[in-house]
Amino acid sequence: MMLATSCQHSTIGATVVPQKPTAFGAALIESSGGKQLAQTGSLLPQPVVVQVNNDQGTAVPGALVQFSATPGVTFDPPNGLTDSSGQLTTNVTLGGMTGRYVITASAFDKSHKKLELKLEEIALGYQQTLGRRLNDQFCERCHNPESAAERVSNYDNLEVKPHPFTEGDTLNKMSDADLTAIVTHGGPALNKSALMPAWGNTLSRSEVQALIAYIRAVADPPYRNTGPAFAKN
Amino acid sequence: MKEKLSSLWRKLFGDSVRAFGVVSILFLASMAIAPAKNFFSEWRHYQRGYLSLIRNRSEANTLQRHFQGGIQQIWLPDLGVVDRCTSCHVGQGETSLTDVSTQPYRPHPVIPHKSEQFGCTVCHRGQGAATTVEEAHNSTLAWEQPILPAKYIESSCGQCHSGPLPGTPQLNEGRRLLAREGCLHCHAVKLPDGSTMHPTDDPPSLSHIGDKTTREWIFAWLKDPQGYATTSTMPNFKLSDDDVRDISAFLIANSTPVAGDALTVIAKTSADPTAGPSLYGESFCASCHAAQNAAGNLVGGDVGPELTRIGNKAKPEWLQAWLRDPRVYDSKTAMPHYRFTDAQVATLAGFLQSKSDSDYLANVHLEAATPEQIAHGKRLVSDYGCASCHEIAGIKKPENFAPELSRIGSKPITQLIFLPGMQHSLPDYIAGKIKQPRAFAPGLKMPQYTFTPAQIDALTTALLSLNERSYRLPTSWAAPAAHESDYKPAGKAGKLMADLACFSCHRINGHGGDMAPDLTWEGSSVQRDWLVQFFKNPGTLRPALIRRMPRFNFTDAEVNELTDYIMTVYQSPTIDHDSMPLSGYPQGQIELGRQLFYGKYACQGCHIVDTNTDKGYIGPTLTHVGSRLTAAWIYQWLKNSQALRPGTIEPNRTMSDEDARALTAFLISQKSGAKQQVAKK
Repeated sequence: MMLATSCQHSTIGATVVPQKPTAFGAALIESSGGKQLAQTGSLLPQPVVVQVNNDQGTAVPGALVQFSATPGVTFDPPNGLTDSSGQLTTNVTLGGMTGRYVITASAFDKSHKKLELKLEEIALGYQQTLGRRLNDQFCERCHNPESAAERVSNYDNLEVKPHPFTEGDTLNKMSDADLTAIVTHGGPALNKSALMPAWGNTLSRSEVQALIAYIRAVADPPYRNTGPAFAKN
Repeated sequence: MKEKLSSLWRKLFGDSVRAFGVVSILFLASMAIAPAKNFFSEWRHYQRGYLSLIRNRSEANTLQRHFQGGIQQIWLPDLGVVDRCTSCHVGQGETSLTDVSTQPYRPHPVIPHKSEQFGCTVCHRGQGAATTVEEAHNSTLAWEQPILPAKYIESSCGQCHSGPLPGTPQLNEGRRLLAREGCLHCHAVKLPDGSTMHPTDDPPSLSHIGDKTTREWIFAWLKDPQGYATTSTMPNFKLSDDDVRDISAFLIANSTPVAGDALTVIAKTSADPTAGPSLYGESFCASCHAAQNAAGNLVGGDVGPELTRIGNKAKPEWLQAWLRDPRVYDSKTAMPHYRFTDAQVATLAGFLQSKSDSDYLANVHLEAATPEQIAHGKRLVSDYGCASCHEIAGIKKPENFAPELSRIGSKPITQLIFLPGMQHSLPDYIAGKIKQPRAFAPGLKMPQYTFTPAQIDALTTALLSLNERSYRLPTSWAAPAAHESDYKPAGKAGKLMADLACFSCHRINGHGGDMAPDLTWEGSSVQRDWLVQFFKNPGTLRPALIRRMPRFNFTDAEVNELTDYIMTVYQSPTIDHDSMPLSGYPQGQIELGRQLFYGKYACQGCHIVDTNTDKGYIGPTLTHVGSRLTAAWIYQWLKNSQALRPGTIEPNRTMSDEDARALTAFLISQKSGAKQQVAKK
């Protein structure tokens, strides 16, 4: 029997009546704002920006774009017309549940065919947030190949390349126990490079768990938790 | 009508037997209502739903065994908690239900506390004793504590934890903003432990503002502070042109010159146009000050004010005086006294002066001020509470200028006035007030800030943590913040360190900034000769670091004073210099150390010893470490780095004594000059 689930946080904020579009595009593309990390229930650090293009690939101002997602996700604004550069910007607040959220931007083309663009955002719970902080402090300098102005990556300097944590293809295959072992006892624990030091005396057991929760949260393709195995009755 | 009623009455209660029968039936029917109400209650509905949810799962037996029917209750008299939430949220403690996302069966995410110890409403608010969805989650006439929206949940951590926690970035940021953005200058916040929250910003004194800038600049600034510098923390008071004209007139008229001849232009600017920018770079001004670069991006730190248009603001003579010795103008400034030569002062001042926008003050034309305007300006300055933040000669800092916020997080909704169209909830009210304070009533004085939506959420979170419950909690539950120590080094060296503002960047004995290394044990760590050389010419230790210690034009006497003090006072009791020599280790041990460095411990991942082969970018370069660090420090660091500098990212490898000794021997043999031969062997 399916139960109607009560939703505590109904969409907050005044509902905006969609404006009338003055133009129609042929394609909907992402300008920025996909694949962001935010805590559960909080705003994404950057707004989501989408762009409507015509069939020549040039931006279309005045096209109506609507945002939607699972209940609990709110948009400010939830819909609107694209600006002079063909873009619409919205601030997104994620729902209270940890995990992936799919955000759909939709618009109609001239023949009223629906154009859709799906973006994925990641909500971090308490444990993942803690893991993210540990990642920033201890792991990212080697495991993230991207350099920032204030934080130069060490990735290119390493003879054996570490796995970026988003590399789901590889990391999803490793069990929690294996990841715990490699973090706690270092690379050699799994016959891997000694360039990965042992963190077992620096990080506590719960910190290592938090780190693994974070690694699971950012994996791409997403990590599927099979859960503990129980005998069938 | 009357007839009909009387005939009905006669039919039902006509004679005593009939009346008895009817009354009995009514009575029995009413008796059945109570059990029926119970049978159809919401929580039973949800419990039945839970049982059918788990029935077909592989771990059904385990879940069935954990399941207890009936009203569940967590009762914690200490905390005043009577929570029946688990009557419906049956699966909240079942970790195996991670794939279930429907409420009320979703398992609680992993947190450091157990629901049996804390209950639910301590963090989530709502009515714990209620057993219907509506009453438990929403506010009713009798109960007005709705569930806290998930985005503010960290505020509940702040009820007990007064310091920053690693898992609550939003709360930490909110508290930082509360202290940094000026809120606490007007609003008092007392904490349950009796202490008061203190602002961490230091708005400048306006008593000598006439030395520093012009009336025109004050006019433009007050009209739109962010128009001058986007990072400005000064809020916009939305003043009229006339009010701004009068305030600027008062501030200039009220300003007194700084004593002495500090404000005279002495030297001429260097002829080399690159000298200014390179001195700005060499002095690492950007570690603290931001400025827009040619591409329009803001580059630099946020310790000092933004310098993008400093040339529009600062008078040339003031800028020179400030660069020569900032403490003449502001004795408590975080800016170090660089000891620039006159030529350097002129060069740097000239460069900064060129950072200006020719249009910025083009439209500001002010007539000479009249006495009435000045008097009116003075009245406005008192009315708007300018002296709450800024020191202004002749105006007393107002007490309790704005409402106290110590318990704002539990303010009753009945006491709030909402804007039309606004959700009637406390978090929305607080966020709305921060977003547009003047919208709530005419004549309100709170200025307009330029917070981002995320910053407003963070501030709201921090304010919601200041609530009634945090005062009612047993004192044993309080987790106090680590208080900043008021450590001050003594004597001549102490004066010198204050003049150099060492504590703006470095931390010593629990006091100071976190931009540069903690120097609490610096005397145990480094060799004296190295420290002397470093003061004279601070080189970089980390290849990938942009920020670096600036060079101060020290006299030899100053270097000796500082070095002596550091080498004598900042000594760790656990490190004995005489326990390990700086040289004379057997070649075999050095070789073993090398093998451990490159093999077992793979230190080259983060450090560089041989610049030809090693590339590690994370730790300090170790090419000359034998001339920099003491052997005893290296040994103890290898044994347990976290004990010497808590929070360092050097992992603790629990090395054997033998390994640590061999590595120390290898590292201490990496001396400046001798590097090549040792490394190539």
